Amino acid sequence: MLSLGMLLGIVFLLMCLAASMALGVADIGPGEVYRALAASDGSTEHLIIRTVRLPRSLTALLVGSAVAVAGAIMQGLTRNPLADPGILGINAGAAFAVVMGVFFFNTASLSLYAGFALVGAAVAAVSVYGLGSLGRGGLTPLNLTIAGAALTALVSSLTTAILILSQRTLEEIRFWLAGSVAGRDMALVMQVLPYLAVGLVLGLALGKQLTTLSLGESVAQGLGQNTLWIKGAAAVSVVLLAGGSVAIAGPIGFVGLIVPHIVRFWAGADYRWILPYAALTGAIVLLLADIAARLVIQPQELPVGIMMPIIGAPFFVYLVKSRVKR
Amino acid sequence: MGFLKEISVPGKKQAIERPRWLVLRTGWLSLRVDKRVPNVLLLLALTTLAVMVWSVGQGEYPVPPLDVVRTVVGLPTDNADYVFVVNTLRLPRTLVAWGVGMALAIAGTITQGITRNPLASPGIIGVNAGAALAAVSLIVVFPSVPISLLPLAAFSGAFTVAILIYLIAWNGGSAPVRLILVGIGFSLVAGALTELMVTFGNIYDVSQALVWLAGSVYGRSWAQVVSFTPWLVVFGLLSLLLSRELNALQLGDDIAQGLGSRLEWQRGWLLLCSVALAGSAVATAGSIGFVGLMSPHIARQLVGPSHEGLLPVAALTGGLVVVAADLIGRLLFAPIELPCGIVTAVIGAPYFLYLLLRARK
Repeated sequence: MLSLGMLLGIVFLLMCLAASMALGVADIGPGEVYRALAASDGSTEHLIIRTVRLPRSLTALLVGSAVAVAGAIMQGLTRNPLADPGILGINAGAAFAVVMGVFFFNTASLSLYAGFALVGAAVAAVSVYGLGSLGRGGLTPLNLTIAGAALTALVSSLTTAILILSQRTLEEIRFWLAGSVAGRDMALVMQVLPYLAVGLVLGLALGKQLTTLSLGESVAQGLGQNTLWIKGAAAVSVVLLAGGSVAIAGPIGFVGLIVPHIVRFWAGADYRWILPYAALTGAIVLLLADIAARLVIQPQELPVGIMMPIIGAPFFVYLVKSRVKR
Repeated sequence: MGFLKEISVPGKKQAIERPRWLVLRTGWLSLRVDKRVPNVLLLLALTTLAVMVWSVGQGEYPVPPLDVVRTVVGLPTDNADYVFVVNTLRLPRTLVAWGVGMALAIAGTITQGITRNPLASPGIIGVNAGAALAAVSLIVVFPSVPISLLPLAAFSGAFTVAILIYLIAWNGGSAPVRLILVGIGFSLVAGALTELMVTFGNIYDVSQALVWLAGSVYGRSWAQVVSFTPWLVVFGLLSLLLSRELNALQLGDDIAQGLGSRLEWQRGWLLLCSVALAGSAVATAGSIGFVGLMSPHIARQLVGPSHEGLLPVAALTGGLVVVAADLIGRLLFAPIELPCGIVTAVIGAPYFLYLLLRARK
């Protein structure tokens, strides 16, 4: 059943991808999209598709699945249904690093942002891990969440401080800070692709171990699991996924939080299914959100990072209302 | 409750520290506070006073501490400018910082009490997000609207969002967990809309909005002191009267009901106090983070967990923290001022981690 669903999901994903390339300010038919990809004749429409829409759609697809898988891993790892790269401070760390980069080195190129973002995400993840294990009882879900919240608050207020001190930085960075997949070129996508691919493969490979770990640390140890290694590997995967996606698209919240919960409706509690489904669903959600962001206020567009909470939060509230009894 | 103090739980510790409580009882009011409370309150008040005098003296036009005191009290000093600098420019600013700190701290203590979550802050009931959205929309979308309407907009934003959260979280009762989660959801939406303004607004307006968002008492005058004081006094006192109920709520819904607490009413009133205090504070000075979170923890270390004593101690702690943060923010990068909200966050986050470390021992 679940593998059939997977197949259907992939078909739907491809449809979304096609729609994402066809729809926009200039509407281009699906046939034309196919011809542009198969054999471009150099016309304006084909150029739009190959240089603007293709990278953009691929970015949305990659970032969506990366963030969703990162969120699912974090929720399994911390046994905290509210964990995601945003809440555990990784997005804030990456954003802070990029703002620092713009402030001190005066760069305005997206590929340099990417480098800073990866470093920032890694430092933030390591600090949250380290700080979280200082608390009573070691690396418990609660300690990790507290450490993440504290780090987020600290780092984002430092980010605000820089933005207040330097209006130039604010001007350069504010579109990036909102989180968007528009205007990314193929070179940038290719630059970040290796990180995302390694992170995704590593994450998907950990499915079985994560399922065991989500039963509780002592259970996992009792079943003979080396929890330290698993946690370490999962953390590496999260840093690659979250850092890589912040690097291309800026901080995009909510996908990582919401998608794993949606997926659990049909995939249950088994991370061997949750993770691939999260990758698929995350990509679909972000592609659709990006299409919506392009179409709501034509010819203007909204950054997809802003669309996500507006679409996602009502759903989240609904989940809370129907699921949380006490 | 009148006979409760005689029935003490038998135990060695109780016997040694026999007179631990101070009890105040009149016809309709009964307060039982920890013995440490009066001394701690006095100490906090004196420290705050000292920091305030120092803070008022600092600036581009320094005033010696003794002259600050003389000017405020109304005695003559040898420099006629002092009256303007101290009484018109700097004193109201410091008073606003103090009041806002107290309000946030009381709101934080209440929020932590009703949600039974030591990590809750007034932000969790959506006050900050709602106020921020309303205020930033006003600054960015309607730059021509006079800035004096800002507190009003912020306050209505805070109240609207808080009430929406409470109503939506209501599901035949107001379970604290649902309240927190719905609050997070709403804060995220309001945050996204605020981000939208920040991304597309005029860059000059956005800069202004960011300073407001970070939480600052820059340029506050007597008008703000006057409009803020009634909120602080009315809802501060109401919270103090209700503080005893917090002790019962802390034990869990079932036990509180068993103890005869009218659960939903008490929680509703307390929540109203918290929203009114935090909302008016945010309206006056923007969202100053971590004060509502930190102060109750500091106060708990000073006087223990019983809310009758905890609430006033937390209030004074919060006042002191914001006054000090404002001073630090002005001194640190001297010609440029850092908003005090950034200072409280930079102090607050490490304190938070210290709490974690301490719990380990």
